[in-house]
Amino acid sequence: MYARRPIEPLLWLFFSAGGVMAALFFPAILFLFGIAFPLGWLAPPNYDHLLAVVSHPLTRLVLLGVCSLSLFHWAHRFRYTLYDGLQIKHLNESINAICYGGAVLGTLTAAYLLWKVP
Amino acid sequence: MRHNAVYTPYHPRWHRTRVSTYWWLGRWSYFLFILRELSSIFVAWVVIYLLVLVAAVSKSAVRYQQFLDWSRNPFMLSLNILSLLFIVLHAVTWFNLAPQAMVVHVGGRRLPGSLIAISNYAGLVAVSIVILGLLLIRW
Repeated sequence: MYARRPIEPLLWLFFSAGGVMAALFFPAILFLFGIAFPLGWLAPPNYDHLLAVVSHPLTRLVLLGVCSLSLFHWAHRFRYTLYDGLQIKHLNESINAICYGGAVLGTLTAAYLLWKVP
Repeated sequence: MRHNAVYTPYHPRWHRTRVSTYWWLGRWSYFLFILRELSSIFVAWVVIYLLVLVAAVSKSAVRYQQFLDWSRNPFMLSLNILSLLFIVLHAVTWFNLAPQAMVVHVGGRRLPGSLIAISNYAGLVAVSIVILGLLLIRW
């Protein structure tokens, strides 16, 4: 049974790394862009400032890592939420394809978008 | 040994009590577990939101302004407030669980779990300060 899925420990590693990334980075980012700027509690950065931050190679690399690992975190955890919460383990082929396929697609999209930043 | 045993071509089914699909509504700790598991959906949403922002910024100043206007829309605002609650739930449960997943030995002694949890929260504070500094301070 175990030899059939040698990829499982790797998926768990990505899940774990993504959980750390989301826990470290998302509270501040979501608080600012999701709540504090829209409600006018704080002034959002002007365009040139934000572009300078985002276009720095280090920012792009960090954002790619954070986005990709967080998506694999979602994929792994959501897969088990569907298994346990809805008890639909018999659909595991399609659930795996949607979850991990979605994470791979999201990673490629993130890489493309961050590459395109001027 | 019984002589009147009846054999069937199929393996008998083990008895299993059926668990309701809504088993996690029965107890507060189960409900909290399922909420924690659902936080992953909001983690994925933050990634999407962040990438929409990156796409807007890499296009033009007008698109960035459109993103800011969009984020003020009541639906988006409610969604993001809800998402922040789930992200905080994720971060707190993750950091509190970390000492059980991570066993660190220094000089042959196991570091106490509270130290690992504290260092995780220190990491959160440090990363948040860097993000706030990068976005709010004009240099």
